[in-house]
Amino acid sequence: MAFVTANWNPLGEAFYRCHRKIELYVMGWNLKEGLKDCLIAAAPYGGPIALLKGHQKRSPTARPQLEIYSASGSLLASFLWKSGTVVALGWTVSDDLLCVQEDGSVLLYDLFGDFKRHFSMGNEVLQNHVIEAKVFHSPYGTGVAILTGAFRFTLATNIDDLKLRRLPEVPGLQGAPSCWAVLTQDRQTKVLLASGSDLYILDNTSCTAVTPPGIDPQVSSYIQMAISFSYKYLALFTDAGHVWMGTSNLKEKLSKVDTKVRTPPKQMVWCRRPKSQQPSVVVMWDRLLLVAGECNETIQYHLDDDSILIPELDGVRIINSTHHEMLQEVPGPCEEIFKIASMAPGALLLEAHKEYEKESQKADEYLREIKEQSLLGEAVRQCVEAAGFEHEPETQKTLLRAASFGKCFLSNFPPDLFVSMCRELRVLNAVRDYTVGIPLTHPQYKQMTVQVLIDRLVYRRLYPLAIEVCRYLKIPEYQGVSRVLKHWACNKVQQKEEPDDVIARAVNQKLGDAVGISYSEIAARAYECGRTELAIKLLEFEPRSGEQVPLLLKMKRSQLALSKAIESGDTDLVYTVVTYLKNEMNRGDFFMTLRNQPVALSLYRQFCKHQEQDTLKDLFNQDDDHQELGNFYVRASYREGKLEARLAALQSAVDEYNKAKNEFAAKATEEQMRLLRFQRRMQEEFDRPFMDYSLQETLHSLLMEGRIRPAEQLYKDFRIPDKRYWWLKISALAEKEDWEELEKFSRSKKSPIGYLPFVEICVKHHNKYEAKKYVSKVTPEQKVKAHLAVGDLEGAAEAAIERRSEGEISLVLSHCPPSADRSLVDRLTRARTTASKK
Amino acid sequence: MASHLSYGRVNLNILREAARKELREFLDKCAGSKAIVWDEYLTGPFGLIAQYSLLKEHEVEKMFTLKPGRLPVADVKNIIFFVRPRLELMDIIAENVVSEDRQRSPRDLHILFVPRRSLLCEQRLKERGVLASFINIDEYILDLIPYDGDLLSMESESAFRECYLENDQTSLYHTAKGLMTLQALYGTIPQIFGKGESARHVANMMLRMKREFAGSQNQILPVFDTLLLLDRNVDLLTPLATQLTYEGLIDEIYGITNGYVKLPPEKFSQKKQGEGGKDLPTEPKKLQLNSAEELYAEIRDKNFNAVGAVLSKKAKIISAAFEERHNAKTVGEIKQFVSQLPHMQAARSSLANHTSIAELIKDITTSEAFFDNLTVEQEFMTGVDTDKVNSYIEDCIAQKDPLIKILRLVCMQSVCNNGLKQKVLDHYKREILQTYGYEHILTLSNLEKTGLLKPQIGTRNNYPTIRKTLKLWMEDVNEQNPNDISYVYSGFAPLSVRLAQLLARPGWRSIEEVLKMLPGPHFEERQQLPSGLHKKRQQGENRTTLVFFLGGVTYAEIAALRFLSQMEEGGTEYVIATTKLINGTSWIKSLMDKLEAPPF
Repeated sequence: MAFVTANWNPLGEAFYRCHRKIELYVMGWNLKEGLKDCLIAAAPYGGPIALLKGHQKRSPTARPQLEIYSASGSLLASFLWKSGTVVALGWTVSDDLLCVQEDGSVLLYDLFGDFKRHFSMGNEVLQNHVIEAKVFHSPYGTGVAILTGAFRFTLATNIDDLKLRRLPEVPGLQGAPSCWAVLTQDRQTKVLLASGSDLYILDNTSCTAVTPPGIDPQVSSYIQMAISFSYKYLALFTDAGHVWMGTSNLKEKLSKVDTKVRTPPKQMVWCRRPKSQQPSVVVMWDRLLLVAGECNETIQYHLDDDSILIPELDGVRIINSTHHEMLQEVPGPCEEIFKIASMAPGALLLEAHKEYEKESQKADEYLREIKEQSLLGEAVRQCVEAAGFEHEPETQKTLLRAASFGKCFLSNFPPDLFVSMCRELRVLNAVRDYTVGIPLTHPQYKQMTVQVLIDRLVYRRLYPLAIEVCRYLKIPEYQGVSRVLKHWACNKVQQKEEPDDVIARAVNQKLGDAVGISYSEIAARAYECGRTELAIKLLEFEPRSGEQVPLLLKMKRSQLALSKAIESGDTDLVYTVVTYLKNEMNRGDFFMTLRNQPVALSLYRQFCKHQEQDTLKDLFNQDDDHQELGNFYVRASYREGKLEARLAALQSAVDEYNKAKNEFAAKATEEQMRLLRFQRRMQEEFDRPFMDYSLQETLHSLLMEGRIRPAEQLYKDFRIPDKRYWWLKISALAEKEDWEELEKFSRSKKSPIGYLPFVEICVKHHNKYEAKKYVSKVTPEQKVKAHLAVGDLEGAAEAAIERRSEGEISLVLSHCPPSADRSLVDRLTRARTTASKK
Repeated sequence: MASHLSYGRVNLNILREAARKELREFLDKCAGSKAIVWDEYLTGPFGLIAQYSLLKEHEVEKMFTLKPGRLPVADVKNIIFFVRPRLELMDIIAENVVSEDRQRSPRDLHILFVPRRSLLCEQRLKERGVLASFINIDEYILDLIPYDGDLLSMESESAFRECYLENDQTSLYHTAKGLMTLQALYGTIPQIFGKGESARHVANMMLRMKREFAGSQNQILPVFDTLLLLDRNVDLLTPLATQLTYEGLIDEIYGITNGYVKLPPEKFSQKKQGEGGKDLPTEPKKLQLNSAEELYAEIRDKNFNAVGAVLSKKAKIISAAFEERHNAKTVGEIKQFVSQLPHMQAARSSLANHTSIAELIKDITTSEAFFDNLTVEQEFMTGVDTDKVNSYIEDCIAQKDPLIKILRLVCMQSVCNNGLKQKVLDHYKREILQTYGYEHILTLSNLEKTGLLKPQIGTRNNYPTIRKTLKLWMEDVNEQNPNDISYVYSGFAPLSVRLAQLLARPGWRSIEEVLKMLPGPHFEERQQLPSGLHKKRQQGENRTTLVFFLGGVTYAEIAALRFLSQMEEGGTEYVIATTKLINGTSWIKSLMDKLEAPPF
């Protein structure tokens, strides 16, 4: 503990502007020739390191070797580079390695050296070659910037959505710029370049000359530049050995430091952290590392070995052939606590806890001191935060114990801060472990989020650890464990040496019914790798039938796709598959397929009914569905304009109905044909329209026109029931007001419908006089109604009383107006009472 | 305006608000002024979700009806088609798009599919070469539309026809999706009961979808305890009978569409002094009917014979309230009176409206024709002479009464007799074809396919057993103060609602035998709830059951369920959902096939 400050170095006169260098790993790799002559790319956020060894030897026999290591130096992949000359390496945000070749093609490899894809940076680049290339990260993703042999820049801001942009020419640029950098400002990606003493900013459309404020006017050349991690700050190294620091929009100067070294540095990067006390830049030469800040003094470190610098959000990582270190400004809370003779509340709390463990009463004195200033909460907070910034678990523990101790004396200190810090540190320590090799700091972790961390673990195929992390941090399953399992499965299906069913079983065993697993995505991956059978096996596990369909169609398993679509219940999906099948198959097979799938068949029938009538007929034919064929022809007959065509269609209908053994329908349709023929005859004979009247209407018209003979003929031919014929006749006669004929008809024979209809039909046509003629003929049961119909209350009353029917008496009573004869009403009421007693 | 949706046991306004939010989000996606081209069928259902004012707030300046040809002129930036996913509509849209003058008026085109986008339709647009003209192709998932405080409808007119006649289960898929949306808002429904093939299918889809969405489960305390899915074809009888509740009769006689009814104007003429009521209005009177209207909420579900008494009582109360003004002496009293005036005036106009409607209905219900029809219906329902040709039906045919009335009666006789003897059936069919025209042969065939009309084949008529066991006919029904659901049909208890009632108490096990006689399987499913979401029922707290009628529900059935909700010892409150609100007429109409010959 006493040595916490041992690696601190003050920058400038005041001790509290310290930088510290922490050892992260002793590198596990064994590089015989060190980092010399290597093309190196190390990803930020503790990402992997790629080395291209011997890339400058241009003999065909000695191919360069590409090696990929974790940040702790364990080998992930190694292979001979057989492609073209590589100019630059870089890592994408999703841990893929980008190799930019001289000819402008960019090759993408995954963490394990498996080739993923390639793309080209365009013809212009191909012709003029790449001189320099930089991989950069922007809010849009991973980008590539290229400087060509014609000293022009080509940019792609997002390699996953490749849009090449060629930047404008720099006027008068004769050679390669002495240095350049990519920066993102106002959602635009620009290039800053220096040519001698001139600085230019290139954006999409223009090239602007710029001058940093407060720069020494005598500068003859800028030889190195650095943009901060956040793109907010810029540092320039001049040939006079001066470092200028300012904002990247070139509006403000922060400081200028004389390094007193004039040789061009190998690398220069910013070393900042969020809420940084002061900006500082790290400059590296062959054997010297120099930290420059606001003041004139600098910190200098001697380097034993070739190193590279990797800028991070909150510091700089330094890697050489044996060690991996982190250089950063000492974070605020650590400084407060560990600064020598600090009286900050956190420092006192730490002291108090130390004394407490020694069982010394001094603990109480320290505590009192903090509590008197009511700073205990602040002290706890400081200790928790400081723990987050510490790399050594022992130090973290000491600080957290102190915080926990302090918390005991606070009544309502919110526990979240402490709890989440403990959890997060546990995770961070796990991934920092040598075997994993992701030296993430707490601020970096917060910035990249746990989701991305899990992704990174997954890219490294550290599935068990990823799942542990998900479970430990209680991430909802579909975002956490399920996602990891899916990645695992996608990787598993690519293992060519294992047979399909073994893989399918393994995948299902592991994934089971884990929530939110998309088996179809895994199957799609299997299909991409050319393993159709495996894909089909995997699709079987997919609970969402709908999801299976597109892939099955793609794999030409259309029958299976159809049954899956039906299973999903989504009829639109069924239609989609059916349409697809229709185009893919010959008609016979298509119909056979449908025949086995009734749901699809009826949907397709519906479709045909509206869209393809003829196909509909074929479908019914195939199924020998004569009933439907009959209906089909009936429907078709109504589309025909000519009688002959209509009759022909109806005849087909009759035939089909007969085959369907639907005697009734066949007969009815025959009748219809007979009627149509009859109607045409009538139409010709009487020169008035008859067609498409119903039989009833035809008869009615004939009767209305007094054409008794054809009417009688129809009545006989169509075996119209007497009852209905009588109804028809009396209503026609009444409508004609042919009362005489009506009376004659009533006497022609005994009415099959009784005589009440005669009464009613006369009343309906406002002839009560005629109506009364028939009242006497009405059966006793209907007498009351008949009397009421003609408005004869007395008669109705008589009839009702005679029949002693309570209901009928009530009916008559309800028809009695208030003005009705009292005695009648009384009689009815009395009769009702008697009737009800019965 | 939608406050009545939130008064019920379940706040259905949440659903409406969710639908409105989605609509607003879509409209905002199309920046700038817009015109909506409507699939006409959708305007009614949409009216229940959003008024024109909402659309206007989101820069909808014009509205047109979708029709072939050229789009009307409108100086707007966006044209949005609101359509159902139907191929014939796609053809019209394609025609519209092709005739757009792209040079003169470059307008952005969008499609909003309701309730779901369809690959088939997009394919059709592609074939027509217009798919690429659309900037946005989106779907507006409007499955269940809140209709009233306890009522949801999908307003899918042809659902019954599609399911039972055409074997097209699209509407069932929408139903399952709609129920998933409902569960997302109101929590997983722990118990699902059902009866019928379609019910089984919907339940299967729901369980499958639940598996599919596993993991994204919401942590909402379930609002519904039970879901009961009922196929319409389990109870074909009820919709055929004439509804005898106030609301049911309004629907039977005038038809209620999307919560509105159009009435003959004569009774509603505003008699203003001096004018003498010379000009009778000719436009039908359009009234909105829902529980937001206090009086309507009170009388809608009563048997019509009990409505008169309520109306006259109300009239007395209101006039007494107006008389109060004479007693108001002090300024304070007058002020209080005046403050109540708007409410009183609304009550008075509501009373006037319903008195007029009741008079209109009474004219019909007291007619002999109505009485005779009802008598025959009740004879059928009680099983009197259902195996013979009915002379009343014959007479009606002979007098050429409306075909739908005949079909309702014949179907009813068939259902009550578990099919008609072949001779009887053929006789009716022949009478119908000869009287109304042979083109109706297809309609008859449709009715036979759905089982509404069928020949009796060997099997015993089991309707009497069903009627007796389920107590479908109650002799001494009390229309004024009912004690049983049978009051809604003056004696006949809707079978569907009886099933719901028996499910709640004592459970379906008691009627296992009868359930087997009814078509389709009956089943029970349980959905696992995430731990911690199990409801702890308070002593005496009612259960909430969602009854979903697949293929339509009548107002009388709704009234019966509401009656059960209100029964003190009932213990269950019901929310009703359906594919469509129907009555016998609209239902039979949806099953008819219209054939018209070209003129010779």
